[in-house]
Amino acid sequence: MTAIFPLWLIPALPFAGFLLNGILGRRLPKWLVTGIAILAPLGSFVVVLGNMFGMFGDMPWPIFLSSDFRVVENVGTWLNVGSLHVPFSFTLDHLSLLMLLVVTGVGFLIHLYSVGYMEHDGAYWRYFSYLNLFLFFMTVLVLSSNVLLMFVGWEGVGLASYLLIGFWYQKQSAADAGKKAFIVNRIGDFGFLIGIFLLIANFGTLTFSDMAVQVSANPALAGGVITTICLCLLVGATGKSAQLPLYVWLPDAMEGPTPVSALIHAATMVTAGVYMIARTHFLFDRSPYALSVVAIVGTLTALFAATMALVQTDIKRVLAYSTVSQLGYMFLGCGVAAYSAAIFHLMTHAFFKALLFLGAGSVIHAMAGEQDMRKMGGLRKKMPITFWTMTAAVFAISGIPGFSGFFSKDAILASAFADGSLGKVLWFVGAVTALLTAFYMFRLWYMTFFGSTRDEHAHPHESPLSMTVPLAILGVLSVCGGWVAIGGGFYRFLAPVLGPRPEEAGSMEYGLMGIAVALAALGWYIAHRLYHQKPGSAQALAEAMPATYKILLRKYYVDEIYAVLLVKPLLMLSRFVLEWVVDFAILGGLAWLLGGTATLGGAILQRWQSGNLRSYAAWLALGAAALLLFLIFGHAMGQNFAIAVRY
Amino acid sequence: MNGIDQSILTLILLVPLAGALLVLLVPERGKMPQSIALVTTLFTFLLTLHLPAHFVQGQPGFQFEIDKPWIGSPAIFYHVGVDALSMWLVVLVGLLAPVGVVTSWKAIKTRTKVFYSLFLVQQTAMFGVFVALDLMLYYGFWELSLVPMAILIAMFGRKNGAKAAMKFFLFTFIPSAPLLVAILWLYAKTGTFSYTELQYFIASGALPVGPLCWVALAFLFAFAVKVPLFPLHGWVADTYSEAPVALAMVVAGKLGLYSMLRFHVGLFPVEARQMAPLLIGLAVIGMLYGACLALVQRDFWRMMAYAALSHLSLIVLGIYGFTFTGWSGAVYQILSHGVVDAALFLLLGVLELKCATTQISGFGGLAKKLPQTATLFVIATLAMIGLPMLSGFVGEFLILSSTFAGVSKGWGIAGTVSVVLGAAYMLWLVQRVFYGEENPTAAAKVTSDLSFGEHAVLWPLAVLMLVMGLQPGLFINTIQSGVHPPAAAVKSGPGRLILMDMQTRMPSEVQR
Repeated sequence: MTAIFPLWLIPALPFAGFLLNGILGRRLPKWLVTGIAILAPLGSFVVVLGNMFGMFGDMPWPIFLSSDFRVVENVGTWLNVGSLHVPFSFTLDHLSLLMLLVVTGVGFLIHLYSVGYMEHDGAYWRYFSYLNLFLFFMTVLVLSSNVLLMFVGWEGVGLASYLLIGFWYQKQSAADAGKKAFIVNRIGDFGFLIGIFLLIANFGTLTFSDMAVQVSANPALAGGVITTICLCLLVGATGKSAQLPLYVWLPDAMEGPTPVSALIHAATMVTAGVYMIARTHFLFDRSPYALSVVAIVGTLTALFAATMALVQTDIKRVLAYSTVSQLGYMFLGCGVAAYSAAIFHLMTHAFFKALLFLGAGSVIHAMAGEQDMRKMGGLRKKMPITFWTMTAAVFAISGIPGFSGFFSKDAILASAFADGSLGKVLWFVGAVTALLTAFYMFRLWYMTFFGSTRDEHAHPHESPLSMTVPLAILGVLSVCGGWVAIGGGFYRFLAPVLGPRPEEAGSMEYGLMGIAVALAALGWYIAHRLYHQKPGSAQALAEAMPATYKILLRKYYVDEIYAVLLVKPLLMLSRFVLEWVVDFAILGGLAWLLGGTATLGGAILQRWQSGNLRSYAAWLALGAAALLLFLIFGHAMGQNFAIAVRY
Repeated sequence: MNGIDQSILTLILLVPLAGALLVLLVPERGKMPQSIALVTTLFTFLLTLHLPAHFVQGQPGFQFEIDKPWIGSPAIFYHVGVDALSMWLVVLVGLLAPVGVVTSWKAIKTRTKVFYSLFLVQQTAMFGVFVALDLMLYYGFWELSLVPMAILIAMFGRKNGAKAAMKFFLFTFIPSAPLLVAILWLYAKTGTFSYTELQYFIASGALPVGPLCWVALAFLFAFAVKVPLFPLHGWVADTYSEAPVALAMVVAGKLGLYSMLRFHVGLFPVEARQMAPLLIGLAVIGMLYGACLALVQRDFWRMMAYAALSHLSLIVLGIYGFTFTGWSGAVYQILSHGVVDAALFLLLGVLELKCATTQISGFGGLAKKLPQTATLFVIATLAMIGLPMLSGFVGEFLILSSTFAGVSKGWGIAGTVSVVLGAAYMLWLVQRVFYGEENPTAAAKVTSDLSFGEHAVLWPLAVLMLVMGLQPGLFINTIQSGVHPPAAAVKSGPGRLILMDMQTRMPSEVQR
């Protein structure tokens, strides 16, 4: 099967945008920069849509949904060394199609939004060239047919993230955060690389489809090696998708412009880990142990991050921890082999979390850069569009029935419950997390939009059209995005790639659903009591539990612990042990001793110490003369010399 | 073979020498010396491009070969030629020479005549090392390559040039002595200095095994110091921080690594294999050790020195892993490292010249005043830390994956740790120099961004990094054909050896 439009166009368009704006942007008029920047993701989106409709133009939807299709396109060879052959090869199947729709669609909306948001920034062109670069790498990551090309996209989105977090590079904290993101991701990539080495060693190929064939042809393949590979890949995924223990970079990444947080650090890039696990699910399926680890890491992260979100006062940081927490849900879904449920949540999360960030951006924009929720309040009347769209997103993430997040979170929790006794425990933790989620989201909602303005200097106003239109579209998607799974159509769509959805809890599901909804309602109620009915009671609660509050506020001191346990010792070891003791004292001393011995050797050698280059030159001349002598006396002397050497 | 093919290598060797003479003869007025040097190096670079253009891929043996008797007794031949292994390295040396001249254009203000003539002599010496196929000839070029360096360090050192020159001299000249003895011993035993003939003699087992071990060790020792390999790197930090930028740039690593492949692994495969476990261990230690030390340096030249130790050790790992993928990766990484280091050194040289300091803390927030410098520096940094699609990734990936699969998982994993550390120290450097709050002292001294000449050099290098990352096949296909064994030689049982087929008339598999 071939695509209507070549697949390489999908990454190529943003790349062209990156080059044009990156090289010429400084000299181009602003409208042209905007045009290039907007058209690139729109073009990619159209190509994706065109391919989708073109292929199934005449087919009725139900058949289209369950039809099996897979387009592979080879663009050229990248690496061909020894037995290793890595082509530039793209695959369009159900999974990558869905991801591409999300990435280019949401990506386009956020580009559009940025036009308004970044309007007054001096480095407008640089911002958009980085954003296009990100889309290029992200689409490569999604389309890749093999692990190594996926790694290209994987590292590339990390680069784009680094550049965009540190976009305002003169701010020390922004520069620090960018560097931190890259290095923490590198630690994850270390695991990913080892995983790739293991794949090469065990499969001899890096192409997903070839590996899947090998795995299915060998039913005995399980355990040890596969588990190791999966755990290595998981390490990579925890870095990119900000899971325990490598989540620390994501909250700091909020230093970047807010649309960047929406696109890269909420909707798309951070879900790459989930996508990677779904892509390699045929490996994870063979290792129950690795799956359990994925599920436990995900669940713990979900809970852990949610607790930290409870007390944050920076609106973006609340959302950042919430992202970490929601990604944890997706990992839980993967861990109980409900890959399609995880991808479902990935999709709905992309809608409502992008919307939350963009809404927060709209608020920050209106508040002239203020991010502290304690200084906000009463914005409901002044920014109605922002308020109503944000409300849709808050309802969606909290799991209010009918909204998109409800369906996807419920699907993951139901699958967890159906997955044995460990699953029941994980379900319970997940349900508690849902309570916390509802609480901190409604807390944000009340603090921002209700009550009265707490900052007299601010003159909030509704944002321009280029910002509110994306908000409105994402608002609709946040409400309706979950309906695609009613009747199971979504799961059937992904089944050709990810396999059928595992057994569900059956009639139990409605009971579980009820519990989750009740917990969410409880969370809303508590937030309502603390932040709306009795403002100030939250303060009192915090004062009642000072230790707990402080630990949460200081984020469990994880950054400090990492600094003391890892960073400081490494630097101390390098400076004091390696540089001073080994390099200077031991090796330097040895060299000095040897040099000294040589000097003491004789009066002739003493001349070396004179430091006079002319004497070196004399030595060279002497050496050359000796050489010449040897040449003249020739072979015979060589023989004698050789004898001398031998004895 | 036409006339140019036969004389091209001689031309490549002679043109820089002629340029050096011209620089000496022409009065030191205005920009005369550097102009002559620039023209000479550009012309030489064009000449080196003749090699890939007319190289016949897959043809065994050396090409563009000249083998003429030079001195009758002892039998020294003017024997030069290139094969798949050395061809791109010659081009690399050719490419880096004009970069070196541009780097020195503003940095060297006094005694330009001496500087540029010695710089050009250095070029000839380096070309010679890569093309010589007669061991005595090779040794001559090897020694010659050390002399201009030592003199220039002493003359143009930043703080304590004489001391650094002394150190460099001791570290590199002393190991050359056993190398000479070893070459002479080989000659005494076989009556030839010819690389290919010696390869045959050694492989056929005609030479006594015991002394051969020592001879191989003497070769290795000289090369290991030159690379440098841990713990023989004592000279490298002082040399980098005192040597003129152009010299540090062109000399780094290549000579020793190539010599290891050609004259240690190539001549003494059995002995090299015996030594391999030790060398692999030292290489991995060097990778981590260099990276750790680079983390804590305060002077950026010293930092680059330890970073080089780390990166060059990676290549040593690729060489002594004895896998074909690793060899291809190693040669490719020499090329990539040369290109990336050249760009970084040039940029650091620019920064040093602008802000008159080499202390990292003396910079800060310069991206605002020097956006172009910052952009190019970031690109080169990304290539250096092995971002896929830039040149650094390919070699790094090939070497580490082949180590993991072909040598041992433990060394592979340990080596991969240096990838994390590499990103850490390089990005930290970028951050401290270009980002954060502007350092007022540094910013006050900065008046302009990159000059035209610097742009003209750096952008092609950046494009080259991208091309090398996207289409490694352009280079690596040739390299592979040189290190790939004929199909029959792949299987080798215990006690037998695979002879690296660096193309010879010899059987590839030899039994002792």
